[in-house]
Formats: sequence, C-alpha cells, structure tokens
Amino acid sequence: MIVPAAIDWSVIVPILPELLLVGVAILLIGLDLFLPNEHQLLPWLTIVGSLAALIMVLGARPTAGFGGMFLLDGYAVVFKTICLATVIVIALMSEQFRNLIRMRQGEYYSLLMLSLVGMLLMASAGDLMVLYLGLELMALPVYALVGLHKRGQWTSEAAVKYFLTGGFASALLLFGMSLLYGLTGTTEISRIAEVISSGQLAGSSAMLAALGLCLVGCCFKVAVAPFHFWTPDVYEGAPTIITAFMSVAPKAAGFALFGRIFFFGLPHLHDHWGPILACLALLTMAVGNITALCQHNLKRMLAYSSVAHAGYAVLGLLAGTAEGIAATMTYLVIYLFMNLGAFAILMLLTSADGSGDTLDDCRGLATRHPLAAAMMLVFLFSLTGIPPTGGFIGKFYLLKSAFMAGYTLTVVGAVLFSAISAYFYLRVVRYMYMNEPVQHSSLTVSHGMHAALVLCVLGVLGTGIFPGSLLNWTVTLLTGFL
Amino acid sequence: MSIPLLSTLIFFPIVGGLSLLAVPRQQTSTIRLMALIISLIELVLTIPLIVLFDKNTHAMQFRELHPWISALNINYSLGIDGISILFLVLTALIIVLSILVSWESISEKVQEFFIAMLLLEGVMMGVFCALDFFLFYVFWETMLIPMFLIIGIWGGPNRIYATVKFFLYTLVGSLLMLVGIILLYQNGGQTFDVLKLAGQPYSLKLQLLLFWAFFAAFAVKVPMWPVHTWLPDAHTEAPTAGSVILAGVLIKMGAYGFLRFSLPILPMASQKMLMPMLILSVIAIVYGAVICLAQTDLKRLIAYSSVSHMGFVTLGLFALNQRGLEGSILQMINHGLVTGALFLAVGMIYERTHSREISVYGGLASTMPVFAGFFMLFTLAAVGLPGTNGFIGEFLILLGGFECRPWLAVVASSGLILGAWYMLWLYQRVFFNEVKESMQGLAQLNLREIIILTPMVILILWIGLFPNGLLSFMHVSVGHLLEQVHGSGLVQSAVISGLTMHP
Repeated sequence: MIVPAAIDWSVIVPILPELLLVGVAILLIGLDLFLPNEHQLLPWLTIVGSLAALIMVLGARPTAGFGGMFLLDGYAVVFKTICLATVIVIALMSEQFRNLIRMRQGEYYSLLMLSLVGMLLMASAGDLMVLYLGLELMALPVYALVGLHKRGQWTSEAAVKYFLTGGFASALLLFGMSLLYGLTGTTEISRIAEVISSGQLAGSSAMLAALGLCLVGCCFKVAVAPFHFWTPDVYEGAPTIITAFMSVAPKAAGFALFGRIFFFGLPHLHDHWGPILACLALLTMAVGNITALCQHNLKRMLAYSSVAHAGYAVLGLLAGTAEGIAATMTYLVIYLFMNLGAFAILMLLTSADGSGDTLDDCRGLATRHPLAAAMMLVFLFSLTGIPPTGGFIGKFYLLKSAFMAGYTLTVVGAVLFSAISAYFYLRVVRYMYMNEPVQHSSLTVSHGMHAALVLCVLGVLGTGIFPGSLLNWTVTLLTGFL
Repeated sequence: MSIPLLSTLIFFPIVGGLSLLAVPRQQTSTIRLMALIISLIELVLTIPLIVLFDKNTHAMQFRELHPWISALNINYSLGIDGISILFLVLTALIIVLSILVSWESISEKVQEFFIAMLLLEGVMMGVFCALDFFLFYVFWETMLIPMFLIIGIWGGPNRIYATVKFFLYTLVGSLLMLVGIILLYQNGGQTFDVLKLAGQPYSLKLQLLLFWAFFAAFAVKVPMWPVHTWLPDAHTEAPTAGSVILAGVLIKMGAYGFLRFSLPILPMASQKMLMPMLILSVIAIVYGAVICLAQTDLKRLIAYSSVSHMGFVTLGLFALNQRGLEGSILQMINHGLVTGALFLAVGMIYERTHSREISVYGGLASTMPVFAGFFMLFTLAAVGLPGTNGFIGEFLILLGGFECRPWLAVVASSGLILGAWYMLWLYQRVFFNEVKESMQGLAQLNLREIIILTPMVILILWIGLFPNGLLSFMHVSVGHLLEQVHGSGLVQSAVISGLTMHP
C-alpha cells in the first residue's frame, strides 16, 4: 500500500496573499449573484481583502518558494505594495463612479482582484514562466475592464485596441523569452544571469535579438515611446476610473517585469540595453510632454502625461544600479498618489453628467469648489516636480541615480522636458484659479472619494516633506533582500 | 541656542498663514488683521537676530542642524552670517508693508491672498537661511508657487501671460541649477552641505560647468541681461504687493545665490568669468536705463530701472573686492527699499486713477502735495543723491569697479546720468506741468498710506546718513568670502585692503 507523502503546507506561505485575493475574487462573483446591485458589501470586501493582503505582504519575511520560481524579496514587496495600495484607493473611489457607468459591481471588483493577482505574481516572479503567467493574468481582466463601460463606441474601440496591441506585445515578449531559454537553457531568471555572465553569449546576434524582443515587449507594457501609441486612445476611451487604475497599477507591474528581466536577468548586457533605454526615455519624455501640450481634453492630457512619467521612471532602470531601481520604485510609490489624485479630481468634474473632461470644465473650479481646486493644485505641482511635493523628491532621486550612472545628457534632457511639462500642468491651474467659472453646479463627493483624496494629498505632501522613511524603506528592502 | 530662532522665522508665517483657513471666508477684515498681526510678530522676531548677532565673526550663527533625508545625506541645516541677516529683516519689513498696501486693493479671494503672502514669507526666509544646497533648492522652488498665484490671480489684465512667463523662465533656470547641484554632490564628497562644498579642489573645467549651471538660475532671478525679459511683464501685471515683493526680495535672491554659492564654491570659475559677468552687468545698467527713457507705463519704467539697478549689484559682486561686494549687498537692500517704495507709491495713485500711463498724469504736485513729497525723496534716492541710501551703494560699487576694471566703471557710471534723466523726467511729467482735469480732486494720502511710506523714508535717510550701521554687519563676512575667492590663487590683482568707509 502506498502511503501518500505528507503535504508540506509551508510552501504556500509565500503565496498566501495571492491565494487570499483569488478567494476574494471568487467570493465577489458568488455574492454578486445574491446581493442587490447597490449593496455596499462588495467594495468593502475588495478593500478589506486587499488591505489584508497588503498587511501580509508588508509583514512577510524574505523567502523563495517553488524552487526559486516565486521570490518574495524586497523588490517584490515594494511593487506588491504599490499595486495593492492602488487597488485600495481605486476601490475607495469606485463608489463615486458606480452610478455613472451602471455596471454589475461583482464583475468589476472581481476583475480588479484577478488582475491584481496577476500583478502580484509578476512582481514575485523568479522565473520567466511565472512572469508571463502573471502578465497574462493581469492583462486579460484589464482588457475586459476597459470595455466594461458599454455606453460609447469609444469604449469598444479602446478595448479592442488595447487587446490587440497588448496581445501583440505579449507575443513579442514571449518570443524574446523563448530565445533566452534557447540560448541559456533555463527559464530561471537568476540562472539566466549566471549563464550570460560566464558564457560568450553577450555579443551574439541571437542574444541581441532576444534582448530587443524583450525590450520591445516591456516598452509596450509600460508605454515607453515609440511603443506608447495605444495609450492615448485606450486611456481616453476607458472609463475614467479604469484609466486611473491602468495608469498606475499595471504600469507599476510593467516596471516590475522590466526590472525582473533586465536588472535581474540581463545585468551583464547593461552596456547594450542601457544606452538604448536612455534614448527611449528621452524620446518618451519628448513625445509625452510635447503632445500633452496641445491637448484640450484633460483625460487625454493626463494620458500623455503618464507616458511622459513612464519616461522619467525609466531613468532609474536604465542606470542599472540598485540605487536606480530604488529610485524607480520610490517614484512609482509617489506617482501612485499624485496620479490617482489628479484622476480623482477629474472624476469629480465628470461625475455630474458624464461629460466634462475638458479644460473648459475646470474653469473657475477654485470658486466653485476651493478645496477640490487646492487638492488638484497639489497634484499638478507634484506632477510637475515642484517642491515641497513628493513629485519633486521622486524626480530628484531618479535624476540623481541616472546622473551617478553617467547618463548626463539624458538627465539634462529630462530636466528640460520637465520644464516643458510645467506649461500644460500650469494651464490647468490657470483655468481653475484665474478664469471665471462657467457653471455653478456644486460637486458631489462620496465618502470613499473623500477618503481617497485625503490619502492622496497626504501621500503627496508627506513624501515631499518627510521623504526619509520612504527612501529608507525602498533602499533597505532592495539592498537587504537582494 | 535653545530657541530655534531661524526655524521660528521660517515656520511661524507658514503656520500662521495656514491658520487663516480657520477663519470663515466672508470675514475679510478679520483675515486682513490676522495677516497683519502675524507679519508684525514676524518682524519683531527679527529683532533678537539683530541684537544677538556677533559682528566679529564670519562663522555661521544661529545654527540648526538636523538630519532630514539621511538616505541621500540631506540635512535640515540653517544658519546666517552678515550677508544673509539683512535680507531676513528686509523680507519681514517688506511683507508687513505689502500686507498693508493690499488692505483695500485686494477685494477678491482675500483669504487665499493673505495665505499666499504669508506662505511666501516663510519660504523666502528659508531661502536666506538654508545652508544645505538641497534645502535651499526646495525653498527656492517652492517660492514659485505662491508667487505664480499672486501674479496670476490678483494681477492686471495681461496677468496670465506674465505669470506663466515668470514661472517658466525661473523654472528652466532652476532645473539647470538642479543638475548642477547633483554634479556638485557627485564631485564634492557626496554632500549638500554648503560649508563643506566650499573650499574643495574642483577642477577648473568642472567649476566652469557648474558656474554656468548656477548662472542659469541666478541670472534669471537677478535678472541679468539678456534673461531679464520676464521681469517687466511680471512687475507690470502683478498686484502692488506682488511688485513690491518681487522688487524688494525675490530678485535679490539671484544675487544672494551668487554670493552664497557661486563665489565661495567656485572661486576659480568666478575669477575666470569675471569679465563676461562685468560686461553683462554694464550692458544691463546702460540698456535698462536707455529702455526706461522710452517707457510710457509707470510700473514698466520702474521695472526696467530695476534691471539697471540690479546691473550695478552684479557689477559690484564681480568686482570681487571688499568695497564692490559691500556696496553691492548694500545696494540690494537699498533697491529693495527704494524700488519697493516706488511701487508702493505707484500702487497708491493707481488705486485713485486706475491708470499707469504716464501721459494721463500731470500736476500731481499741487493736487497731492504730501504724496509728491514722498515720491520726490524716493526719486532722489533712486537717482543716488548724496544723503540718501542710493548714493552710498552706488558709490561703493563704482569704487570697487574702478579698482577692478576702470574703463568698465566709467561706462557703468553713465547709467547714473541716464538714471537721473529718466527719473527726474518722470517726476516732471507726473507731478509738474499743468494739472490735468482727471487729476483734480484726487484723495489725499490717508493715514494707512502715510504709515506705509514713512518707514521707507526713515530707512532711506538713515542708511544714507549712517551707512556704517548696515555695513558693520557684513564687513567680516564679506572679508571671509573674499578670502575664499582669492585664496585659490588664480587672480590676485584685486586688492583686499583695509580701505573701507569705516574704521
């Protein structure tokens, strides 16, 4: 008689947060069948579930599970925190948005949860297979979320566009990964790095092809120019809340992917990908900032601005140093607050009747709603990178790390494009504060939205005035766990 | 020191400004009064600084040092020497007057206006106290936000163009300085401490690079020719208080930056770049003065005269000798007082006539005699009449200039003649000639306005007659600064002698 081997339950400990979230997602779908659509339980379940996962992640000790395929290191912890925090804030904001898009809550929250699971997997991936698995698990729910809002034709177009380009990017990435596997004989990221460091693969054309394909795939995912062209249309077409979500969480997860492949997997090829990435970063900042200059639609402007911010965040990656990665992670944490905050105010403007996301709609906001205008002011100055906001600290840290790695010209370019960005962010301030209001309707703000906005403002100012603990957190996590 | 005096100076107005939020928006008179009281307390807070300041040492005083962002070796480091102390007092005074002058002229969004003013005050104090380059940069950039709002919300009809131009000019300059700061950090032992950064052996090439990076920020702020074009627009469109703060404090920060950072940290580059800087200064002096002759707008004329006067300041700075530097610091204070006073005065008649066109005015001397008297004194101080503060400053600068490059000082002194021309001509057109119909029956200065202008008169005459009172504060610090500059041994031509106006 064969005695079944005792199952070692301890292997699942590292993936408990993911399991919890899967459970929540299933529960959400189930409950949705029985509860009335307006029921408040679903958003609360989402928030509590994500919060519990966040606490588990923050309290976790560094471990590796499943034979190195799943890493719970400092790098993963930071990215997981960003994604979880984003979902919490988004869930808080959703209450405000629910009436407008009239959708089944259950689908919405469970899709959010599932894509969150994908992101967490990506952040923890120690193996190309897990990385790809996470990527697809993240992307599929987001494709659906973009198309959830069934009102306008733009939405369907955006969903199709995002699906096609996203699928294309994934395919390229997968091709690159398969080449890497073929060349190194392993899919484990740390092994790939070892093989490359010891072998003569560095200059081979196949390796360069693998590098190029992975680079293109990653650039698609984080919307680095010239692979950003899907963003404006998708961001504009998607419901604003989804746009806010997409511009932060999947982007952060994309950077997690980027770092896992290039910083952990291909550090020995830094001489090849560093300069390319420097050029792409400059191009991204140029395209994002200059195109944002001529947008009249705020949502589209924020879309281009998020392209530009991807360019800034890449500065840390291209440095190829631990400090650079820490800078990118710090920046993404700060970006989470300022970008979600800006989108939240935009949502307030649009929530009245569904339209109204142009510059003209924020005319005289300072008179109509001084507090909302003041908050938007904080977010916009932070996006511009003016102290004492977090945006400045984040940008400074990025510039410093890229500078220390020797990318002086890229830094100077970043600084100049950053000055250009001031123009379009200030234009919003101008419309809010210096123009007469066109309409006097008051804004309705839900409790959840209130909480989300307060969180964002505190996040932006807190990281700007007392950035010490955030910087220490990312640095110690990264260096201590490596 | 048991009481962190400098931190109090920085954060008292900031906290005070935010406390105005607690007052309901409609109670504008309470808000005004509170703002005035806060700014007056701030002015009183500078008295212990003056009393406790030790004039016999060049060391930084009232030091405060706390770790701030330890991951990047950034500290909250404050301290003042004989160069910065005067600016703190000037700032506190200018803000009190600006609040007084806005009493009636600001009637919309009153709460926001006074909050912006007080926040601006705190941040400006921070700029003059910061001894950590990063901290300095934070204050320097933060300053842009309230100023942008003050010009853009409460300014004249063309305010949006002016404020965006102001913001973008200064932002581009500052960002280049930021790159310079990072470069300095990398080469100066991974620190932002200004005192440690000075006196390090940077290569000449690096110093020159850094010099131009800092120049981008400081020259725009001064404003030096040819990056001065934001100033006339900003000055013209800003509300009176905004113009006064711009002229009184903000544009001093560029010159202060040269003094605090460029000269001591980059001595070789400062000496190497002496000629270009002097030439730019002289161009600013003459160009600014000539342009003044063509102005038809009162505020614009005073704005361009600032370009000319600030040219004198940079001329004195880059003469790199004791008299030039002392004259230049004194001239910064003078310019703050005199141009500030002129803007205050122009604001007062603008409130009565709602016109800034010079051609609209005429014969004010007979309709507003008290005002004419005040304006006369300010005009004479701007021209540099002996007995007023303007004379001492310009005299010292020209002395320093002669010591350094005589022929440039000769050209520069033509600015004085042009200055007398445009100012007296202005006075003639506004106050004499026949009385225009629209000028009849203008209200006399009220008590509040006389209270605003009187301290300016007292200070102008006091500095003019007893300049040692101010010069004694800066003497040792300037001497130390010159040692830092000339200690590098590239140029020893400038004489550092004991030849000063006081024993």
